[in-house]
Amino acid sequence: MITTILISLVKSLVLILVLLGGFAYLTYYERKILGRFHVRLGPNRAGPFGLLQPIADAVKAIFKEEVVPGHIKDKLIYLLGPILTMITPLIAFAVIPMAPDLTIGGVTIHFYIADANIALLYIVGVTSFAAYGVILGGWSSNNNYGLLGALRTASQMISYELPLGILIVAIVLSTNIGRDQGSMSLVEILNRPRPWWLWLWLLLAFPAFYITMLAENNRSPFDLPETENELVAGYQTEYGGMKFAMYMMGEYLSMIASSALMVTLFFGGWHGPLATPGTWYGPLIGFGWFAIKIIIVLFLYLWVRASVPRIRYDQLLAFNWKVLFPFSLIYMAITAVMVALL
Amino acid sequence: MSGLKELVQGAEFIAKSMGVTLKTLVTEAPNTVQYPEEPVAMYPRFRGLHELRRYEDGMERCIGCSLCEAACPTGAIYVLAAENDPSNPVSPGERHAEVYEVNLMRCIFCGDCMRACPTEAIVLGHNFELAQYDRVDLILDKEALLNPPTPNVIIRPDA
Repeated sequence: MITTILISLVKSLVLILVLLGGFAYLTYYERKILGRFHVRLGPNRAGPFGLLQPIADAVKAIFKEEVVPGHIKDKLIYLLGPILTMITPLIAFAVIPMAPDLTIGGVTIHFYIADANIALLYIVGVTSFAAYGVILGGWSSNNNYGLLGALRTASQMISYELPLGILIVAIVLSTNIGRDQGSMSLVEILNRPRPWWLWLWLLLAFPAFYITMLAENNRSPFDLPETENELVAGYQTEYGGMKFAMYMMGEYLSMIASSALMVTLFFGGWHGPLATPGTWYGPLIGFGWFAIKIIIVLFLYLWVRASVPRIRYDQLLAFNWKVLFPFSLIYMAITAVMVALL
Repeated sequence: MSGLKELVQGAEFIAKSMGVTLKTLVTEAPNTVQYPEEPVAMYPRFRGLHELRRYEDGMERCIGCSLCEAACPTGAIYVLAAENDPSNPVSPGERHAEVYEVNLMRCIFCGDCMRACPTEAIVLGHNFELAQYDRVDLILDKEALLNPPTPNVIIRPDA
């Protein structure tokens, strides 16, 4: 019992450190790739190829003065905002399998923290908490821009959670095809062999899933909370220094977490050539495949950001309610019929 | 039905725009000039820091006629002329500039001095790195004008 908890603790610690490092270098990756999209070089002054830029940014954020503006009445809620936003993507990672199991001397090490049988439900539930971080922060800022930005973000996140949830229902339904029982566990979904036509059918849902993820993560072209021309910085207006950095961390970590989820659901997670379970090199290569797939999905985020202008707020909601939501309902209905017939 | 058409059209536009950006990413090399390390490309007629020129034999071109001072719209130039010593002349004419000062705090780099000069003695070079820590350093004397620093520029190949 104690050892199980200890192993989980160590795994969580390593995972959090890796994810925070991943966040730092995701900002570097984004700035570099966006620079190339703009026919610029991107950061290249700190260290070779600008590789130390994230460290310089972190040092800068840490050494900034922690200011709490005088008009903020409820300091606890004000501080809770960025903390909630940052924590939710981290804990969502707990159920995502990252590599095949490793067996050393009779002890099996799993490369996930928990194999929950409600993993998908858990992810949907936990990531919804990010909306609380936003709305608590925006409300406690005691500022019109902050409140309006938070309201926009909250309604955006909640609206887009609907098609997301329905698409997830469809994916869970699709695990019920054949003789197996349906499952919500990501480890089960990942390791269960699927026929090729099911892969194709699931890939059809990927664009819609991806668009809802863009909106969930407040990424361009759905970055309405940060419309600086109308809302200053939205719910982040009254935040500075490390608190602002934590909001940024939350945004980028949720990008990583949703990329990991999409890779697991649609692109076979750590599966790939040479990532054989039961060998000593399997976990290493499996983790490599997982990381490469995440980097490719993250590239999609940056590509969209470099190409598509921000949409208007009514367009955002109209697109959700008139396009994504009906599409996901029809998709789920067809999947249900398939499950019933096969 | 028109909604569906609009949707397809929108998707087409987005696909097109993403195609353009991807093509840029793959095909175009960055335009950035790494300025302090790499020189900046300039047109040959760029008007930068002033220089006083000499003839090939080392004689100063400036004959102290003060036409540049008269032409200067902001009064940035001060010339004090003096007679040449016939045994050891500074310039080919009868007179030369004993003092020649350009005040960069006033100069607007219009190039009128260059145009007014009968001997093409004062020209505007290509140096644009003019910042100084002290206001006094912004008043160039004759010594500085005769020995201008080598500018960190190259001439544009297309010019």
